[in-house]
Amino acid sequence: MAGVLINVPERAKRGEIVEIKTLISHPMETGYRRDQSGARVERDIIRLFVCTYNGTEVFRAELHPAIAANPFIVFTTVATESGTLSFQWTGDNGFSVTESAPIAVD
Amino acid sequence: MGAPASAAASPWRVVRAAVGVIIVMTASAFAGEIPRAERRSGYDLMGPQTRAMQDDDTANPAMLWVLEGEGLWNRKIGAAGSACADCHRDAGTTMKGVAARYPAFDTARGRPITLEQRINTCRVERQQVPALAYESPQLLSLTAFVARQSRGLPIDLPVDARTQPFLDAGRATFFRRQGQLDLSCSQCHDDHWGKELAGNVIPQAHPTGYPLYRLEWQSVGSLERRLRNCLVGIRAEPYEFGAPELVDLELYLMSRAAGMKMDAPAVRP
Repeated sequence: MAGVLINVPERAKRGEIVEIKTLISHPMETGYRRDQSGARVERDIIRLFVCTYNGTEVFRAELHPAIAANPFIVFTTVATESGTLSFQWTGDNGFSVTESAPIAVD
Repeated sequence: MGAPASAAASPWRVVRAAVGVIIVMTASAFAGEIPRAERRSGYDLMGPQTRAMQDDDTANPAMLWVLEGEGLWNRKIGAAGSACADCHRDAGTTMKGVAARYPAFDTARGRPITLEQRINTCRVERQQVPALAYESPQLLSLTAFVARQSRGLPIDLPVDARTQPFLDAGRATFFRRQGQLDLSCSQCHDDHWGKELAGNVIPQAHPTGYPLYRLEWQSVGSLERRLRNCLVGIRAEPYEFGAPELVDLELYLMSRAAGMKMDAPAVRP
């Protein structure tokens, strides 16, 4: 289950600050927990989130074991031109999810 | 010297005893059911940040399960290659209000069953695939998707002669003291709601939003998971998932919350 929910305003005025919300399903296993037999549960987290706006990186976040499951990342950017916002989450065990959303700038 | 003093005190003792009786009577009048006008859902009792998280579909993490459930609803499975959608069509219309009237009476089993049990019955009998395990991501997703279709609708549990004995059994469980702490559900949720227990507000225990995302769980869970948590909390041995005692208790809780609006899938702290 690698569901993603993204909220990007469909339209924005040039120069407007827009809020972008992203939510992704991920267990964010810390690597510090032990199971019932005492064995360490392997770390399984998202390590990096990057957002690019028409190819230009506008936001980047490094994630660490203390971050809760299903990370919810909210950030802002300035609407400069119509185009595509791309989102990429990468993490342990080859985890990689890419999503995109269009934005129209008047 | 001592005799007149005790004689003077005796009328006071009588008064004090009378006051005591009045206090006990008032307490017993309040104990038990919450008046309709004073009912509050878990949503009403939680903080503005958590409410905002629940209200925004792109911030509510339970929507990830709903999304997954929608996919499962339309996926053809089993030897028959049938999907939920093949019989039930558009969940937006056919599943509207369904979660608001469960647990519902099942004639084949002769007792009420939960929404989870109904989904599994459908899987086994109609789709001819194995039942999903309780609290498995798939079962939670399907239940969350079905429950989502009842959001905003009032809980409307049909009670008739067939369900009444199970409702009474659930009510008895709610008021029964149990566990090493010798507590009943009612003692916390009827008599002390709104107060705090280890920093958390004690809710009235209205199951309006299940299955829901608990921040503590970092996952979606069913009402039965919540009830089992409560039982562990009072140091009672929890009933197994799907046990008749839990289903009856669910039935009572839903009838107790009759008329309150569903907010599934909810977010709770």
